[in-house]
Amino acid sequence: MILVFAENKEGKFKKNAFEAVKFGSSLASDLGMECHAVVLGESDQPESLGKYGAKKVIHLNNHQLNEFDDVAYKNAINKVASDVGANFIILSHTALGKGLIGRLAVSLKAGCVPAVKGHLMLGSDPVFVKPVFSGKAFAHYQTSGPSVISIIPNSLQLTEVDGADPVEVEEHEVEVSGSGVKLIKKDVITGTVPLPEAELVVSAGRGMKDPSNWGIIEELANELGATTACSRPVSDSGWRPHHEHVGQTGIAIRPNLYIAIGISGAIQHLAGVNNSKVIVVINKDPEAPFFKAADYGICADLFEVVPKLTEAVKKYKAASN
Amino acid sequence: MKLLVCVSKTPDTTAKVDFTSDSSSYNEDGKQFIMNPYDEWYALVRALELKEANGGEVVIINAGPASNDAILRKGLAIGADKAIRIDCDPQTAFEAAGQVATYAKDEGFDIVFCGKETIDYNGSVFGGMLAEILDVPFISYASKMEFADGKATINRDVEGGVEVVEAKTPFVISAAKGLAEQRIPNMRGIMMAKRKPLDIKTGSEIENKVKVLKFELPPAKGSVKMIDPENMDELVRLLHEESKVI
Ligand SMILES: Cc1cc2nc3c(=O)[nH]c(=O)nc-3n(C[C@H](O)[C@H](O)[C@H](O)COP(=O)(O)OP(=O)(O)OC[C@H]3O[C@@H](n4cnc5c(N)ncnc54)[C@H](O)[C@@H]3O)c2cc1C
Repeated sequence: MILVFAENKEGKFKKNAFEAVKFGSSLASDLGMECHAVVLGESDQPESLGKYGAKKVIHLNNHQLNEFDDVAYKNAINKVASDVGANFIILSHTALGKGLIGRLAVSLKAGCVPAVKGHLMLGSDPVFVKPVFSGKAFAHYQTSGPSVISIIPNSLQLTEVDGADPVEVEEHEVEVSGSGVKLIKKDVITGTVPLPEAELVVSAGRGMKDPSNWGIIEELANELGATTACSRPVSDSGWRPHHEHVGQTGIAIRPNLYIAIGISGAIQHLAGVNNSKVIVVINKDPEAPFFKAADYGICADLFEVVPKLTEAVKKYKAASN
Repeated sequence: MKLLVCVSKTPDTTAKVDFTSDSSSYNEDGKQFIMNPYDEWYALVRALELKEANGGEVVIINAGPASNDAILRKGLAIGADKAIRIDCDPQTAFEAAGQVATYAKDEGFDIVFCGKETIDYNGSVFGGMLAEILDVPFISYASKMEFADGKATINRDVEGGVEVVEAKTPFVISAAKGLAEQRIPNMRGIMMAKRKPLDIKTGSEIENKVKVLKFELPPAKGSVKMIDPENMDELVRLLHEESKVI
């Protein structure tokens, strides 16, 4: 049995929850098992997980589980996993998942492979493929006995399962005891997709010269519906908020498209972005190391070329509407 | 306050990533190693600041072989009072957490720090494992912490922002950028580090439930296609038609 913990925020699933279910159900079909999902706290549409291969959803609808608490979540998932005898427990490698996975694995006496991008089969055994060295290499992991695995957001193609049967939703209430840690407030940007979840990213570096020049970056990002990111010196000097810092010591991302503007492409920067599907580099220095990691390169002054790119995107959008 | 900081050793950020000829492990030949940046820059420094403000002791700990003593000496040079090395060669985060827990469980630490992840395995599971074994809360990805009257107010990094939580000691916390400012050891610190205690303890047997079958490098990237800066329509067309990302 595969058990997927599908995260929800304010009652709604984000893409990572569907990806985790999709990953769990593809593992389940390779192993000849069933994939069930567990949902904690208030949830609008637990049955929607069926579209990605969950056969049954166990919904623990206690209001104490509406907000993340490492101990309460661990206890709740541990209980369900033990009751159903789960062989693999799948989480999303999100902020919440990272706060939970180690604790859950130890409590279940399970093996633990965090932050995988998928699995392959070696005979009848699954092998989990995990990026290591900040995406500069991959490790193939094998586990014995029950295991807890977390899947990195944006790692797999999210397609709905054809003709999925309607899922059975089991509603329960459980006894929960928490950690005693109190949530005081949330300070989260709204309106844009957070970086770790973004499919399109426009990123800029020291080549921008001054924080007041970021208007052209924001216009391009808006036009594309992309999220903005930056290099480390840019966030270190307070030009941009630190949650935009990508790289080996910032956030590691894997969007479909990464546009790097006025960023030299230092090895520590590349480490966080080289798993992007397509990389576009705009730099006036033909020797900038980033060009070696790029799919498309534009060697020019960014202050001239970025507005032109924004115009081209506008034109393309107008034409395709 | 009794503060414990867990530190690990990682290859330098500029070290080449390659593997032994059978692909079974990282090739350490000729590589430079450093203290994991999150442990050094943020976890250790925040612990030192707390000690400076409230008194107490900062102990740094590593579960690893004798070659890890160098990073412990560096931690002492930055300002830790005492170092512990548990002599073993952990293959997984679970082993490392188990070794540290065996030492920490009877020592009554108020706060146990670690980095949010190591820059080689990028697992971010160590702190949660340790917290579960010690049976205390785990606060991950902390980018700010204030402390008063036995109570900490902590910013946890989440997607696109922070959550502010309040926690009473004891707890385990994993450090992210912002928690403190990197400190460079000075000459006096380096000299003093030589006289500070570095205790070696014997490791215990811990069973491993996962293993690495092999490592592999990503396929080589094809060469870059240069686009005429005057023709951004062409770039947009390629992104749409060739690589299908927009
Ligand atoms: C331990 C360690 C960890 C690190 N972690 C990270 C990390 O996580 N993320 C990270 O980003 N860095 C990290 N760094 C820093 C990294 O080594 C680089 O210093 C940094 O990435 C450089 O940022 P940058 O490319 O914005 O700036 P620069 O290297 O200064 O590059 C600016 C680029 O802009 C170009 N440019 C200038 N003007 C124009 C113009 N008008 N038009 C077009 N192009 C222009 C220049 O040609 C140049 O290539 C780390 C370093 C260390 C030692």
